[in-house]
Amino acid sequence: MVTGLLILAIWWGASAAGLFPTGTVPAPDEVARAFGHEIASGRLLDDTIASLFRVAWGFTGAVVTAVPLGLVIGRQARPRAALLPWVNFFRSLSPIAWIPFAIIWFGVGDPPAIFIIFLATFFQIVLATAAASASVPKVYYRVGEDLGLRGAGVLLHITLPAILPQLVTALRVAIGVAWMVVVAAEMIAVRSGLGYLIVDARNGLRMDLVVCGMITIGTIGIALDLVFARLARIPSVRWGFER
Amino acid sequence: MEMIECKGVGFSYGALGVIESLDLTVEKDELLVCVGPSGCGKSTLLSLLGGHLPPTRGTIERRGQSRTIYQDGGLFPWLTVRENIALGNPKKVGEWLEITRLTEFADAYPHQLSGGMRQRVELARALAAETDILLMDEPFSALDYQTRRRMRRELVATLAERPRTVVFVTHDIEEAVQIGDRVVVLGMRPASIRRTLELPPGRSRAPAAPGVADAEQAIMEELGLA
Repeated sequence: MVTGLLILAIWWGASAAGLFPTGTVPAPDEVARAFGHEIASGRLLDDTIASLFRVAWGFTGAVVTAVPLGLVIGRQARPRAALLPWVNFFRSLSPIAWIPFAIIWFGVGDPPAIFIIFLATFFQIVLATAAASASVPKVYYRVGEDLGLRGAGVLLHITLPAILPQLVTALRVAIGVAWMVVVAAEMIAVRSGLGYLIVDARNGLRMDLVVCGMITIGTIGIALDLVFARLARIPSVRWGFER
Repeated sequence: MEMIECKGVGFSYGALGVIESLDLTVEKDELLVCVGPSGCGKSTLLSLLGGHLPPTRGTIERRGQSRTIYQDGGLFPWLTVRENIALGNPKKVGEWLEITRLTEFADAYPHQLSGGMRQRVELARALAAETDILLMDEPFSALDYQTRRRMRRELVATLAERPRTVVFVTHDIEEAVQIGDRVVVLGMRPASIRRTLELPPGRSRAPAAPGVADAEQAIMEELGLA
């Protein structure tokens, strides 16, 4: 809070003293007015909802598909040997590189943006899940055998709870990436969202609106991180952070 | 009655022989202790007896279910003490919390307990299951000296009330001769039985009790430590 006020004071002082060349950095009062206008018109809320919608779909799709694949790669040698190099290959590619394909495959609207967000998080979650499940101590499985656990029972009662702390950390990182990528994803083939707000404002040389979009994205990013940080406080997850 | 019977059991990891032609029987309610040098295959032997590994040679007959208690880390850290014991037997949780004096820690997680308390939970979980055979893999070796001694006494007292067939692996010779009914001395890898010692009746023996010092000396000589 104190550092935020300090940054605001420096920004205000530098703007008032005319340290920024005209049109490069908007003054805080200009940004505040832009905020007021965007909120009053309802556009900021609509854009925020549009971005959250795309992130929610892209991220959820990635979690639902990446966690099972990560479990298979982490627990079984053959799928690991066959798939892990490809996961690393695709993980190294910037999601931006997929934009041309996203447009060709999915056309315009939400799907290409959701696809880009999905790609940005999918491979990360696969890798984190695989690493977590490969490092589950063997002794848990032996105890499970003694207790008569087999197949799905082992997955539900041992593997999933054992990897949960690492998985929560991975999801926390991934949701940050998803939210970061939304700006790039919304530069293509959509006319809504906070990313589009920034691109549109840049085209109109409205740097006050650009900062308005940036502050909104950053604030929601913090809020999302807090939500995932709270997951780490659930008792059956917290053990992984307190040992 | 023989609860475990091994005939000519051998085990190898590829070309590496770990256990060689081992013949061993464990009687009902007996507390058999296995001692041997570090890395000789004691834990592998328990894995074989528990059915977690198949022998590469010979046969193992086991009458009844077994539970293994590990040195540390056998508890599920995402479950409370109560939930861990309930995995053994959900109907006996309260009883075993009382027996192991863990009632007030029932809702604690394993990482919130001391090493001795964690081992008590492991013991409670294994005994609550009412299985016939307990396999104990150096269960007290990660504990400090005082806690180790207390845990030995508690184990012996618990087994006196609720007898079980126990195979107890340790590298601690003093522990072996104080609690075991019989001690099996394993040689260097590939492990085979070098000597079997019958101990005087009664468990939880004092170091000066008749036969204890002699047995300790004999084991030390067998392991080349005397």
